[in-house]
Amino acid sequence: MSDFLALPRLTLGLLLGFDAALLRIIVLSVAVSFSATVVASVLGLPLGAALAVFRFRGRAPLILLANALLGLPPVVVGLTLYLLLSRSGPLGALGILFTPTAMVIAQFVLALPIVTALSHRAMEGIWRDYGDDLLVSGASRLRAIPHLLSIGRRESLTAVLAGFGRTISEVGAILIVGGNIAGYTRTMTTAIVLETSEGNLAFALALGLVLIALSVAVSACAFGLEARSRRTPRRGTA
Amino acid sequence: MKRIRRSRLAVLAALALLTATPRTVQAQMGTATQPETIVLASTTSVENSGLLAHILPGFTRETGIEVHVVAQGTGQALATAAHGDADLVLVHDPDAESKFIAAGHGVSRQEIAWNDFIIVGPGADPAHIAGTTDVLAALRAIAAAKAPFVSRGDNSGTDALEKRLWKPVGLDPATVSGAAAGGTMAGSVWYRDIGGGMGAALNAAAAMEAYTMSDRGTWLSFGHKADLRIVLEGDPRLLNRYDVILLNPQTHPQAKQGPARRFAAWLASPEGQAAIGGYMIAGQRLFHPESDPKP
Repeated sequence: MSDFLALPRLTLGLLLGFDAALLRIIVLSVAVSFSATVVASVLGLPLGAALAVFRFRGRAPLILLANALLGLPPVVVGLTLYLLLSRSGPLGALGILFTPTAMVIAQFVLALPIVTALSHRAMEGIWRDYGDDLLVSGASRLRAIPHLLSIGRRESLTAVLAGFGRTISEVGAILIVGGNIAGYTRTMTTAIVLETSEGNLAFALALGLVLIALSVAVSACAFGLEARSRRTPRRGTA
Repeated sequence: MKRIRRSRLAVLAALALLTATPRTVQAQMGTATQPETIVLASTTSVENSGLLAHILPGFTRETGIEVHVVAQGTGQALATAAHGDADLVLVHDPDAESKFIAAGHGVSRQEIAWNDFIIVGPGADPAHIAGTTDVLAALRAIAAAKAPFVSRGDNSGTDALEKRLWKPVGLDPATVSGAAAGGTMAGSVWYRDIGGGMGAALNAAAAMEAYTMSDRGTWLSFGHKADLRIVLEGDPRLLNRYDVILLNPQTHPQAKQGPARRFAAWLASPEGQAAIGGYMIAGQRLFHPESDPKP
């Protein structure tokens, strides 16, 4: 109980005190998750739209795969990447195990199915509504994809935020491939695990509140941007 | 209009990529532009207790070499090094270390510090071992009373010693743990293998009012003791020695021998030893320099 009573003071202290080590941890958390989400979105959004627009052999299994991988266990991704990136593994020569780069790769793998599956689900509906118009107005299916993503930018935003949410909250994969090295690969989530194991439970929870505040801030920014873009009405064709 | 908006999105995405990547790019080029770094695979007890955070800045100031600590249980730390993913190890399980060296992974083991293990338990002390000093008798009493006992179960140095101590007691932890009982009566099984680090074990022991074995460093720095206290200490069988081991250059040519050797030598040097002995929490020394007389 006393842990909960200490919580407001600790959290405020963290936010107001803002020491360099904490700032570094926050910046790394955001940088890693943001990079992973951006790359996953650049690939996943068009991929999801393509799955909605094109009809080809293997489409159904791909959609099934993207949806099945929504539940991809982070520790399994971390372990697989560890074995690939280890010096004794096939990609060991890269020397990126225990670096932020390895963490970005791990989170990218986790975010890609989420962005792809949510993008596909949304674009499927939009394609049903606007597909014929787009094709009639002369666009090829390939050229229709950017239009589709533009029409469905709110849905795309949700997909991107879901991907970011997965990555910023994830700990199993980055703990394994990043190593939780102080000042180098320590993020918010791995710091929370560490503080818990040191018995600093209230402090760990305060870090958790800062992480949640961060997620809320990111969502608020995203929705702010989206609200601004909504002033130009949604249109089917340019 | 639409075209402009789309290109603006593209620019935003590109900007995002650019601002987000420098750190990781830097990390990859680290060896060229940043100070030299080595990876130390180590145990949670020297990292979580704050020892490394206390001594490493001095070493980095003196040599410019940055030490990246990956803190794992001894078993996992040795496995990480055996995979070639560390430049040296700092661990505390003499038997596992000998195997590591015999397998051709490590060379030049050197003791650099020691402290001791302790048995901690709830204030109620259901096995009545508080104040005793014979660890085998205490374990026998815990087993006889079927008092809850939390085991790391993670193949760490602490876990290995605990398992070795049960042997002369005549008890095989594997046969009394929840796993052996099919997991169906986990709550009623007194020997609880939690498969976690020292901190997780202490957290669990605090919550279950159980006994557990801890290294003194982690115990002293642990922040959630609740009703737990030291019930047994001072048995010479509970000695806990920390060794630094370099990687064998024949089997692990990628290991950064030069800086790793320098770090190992520094740990054993008078400065390094003084730094280790100088780490205190609340006036208590957590680790003894190698040269301190053992009990």
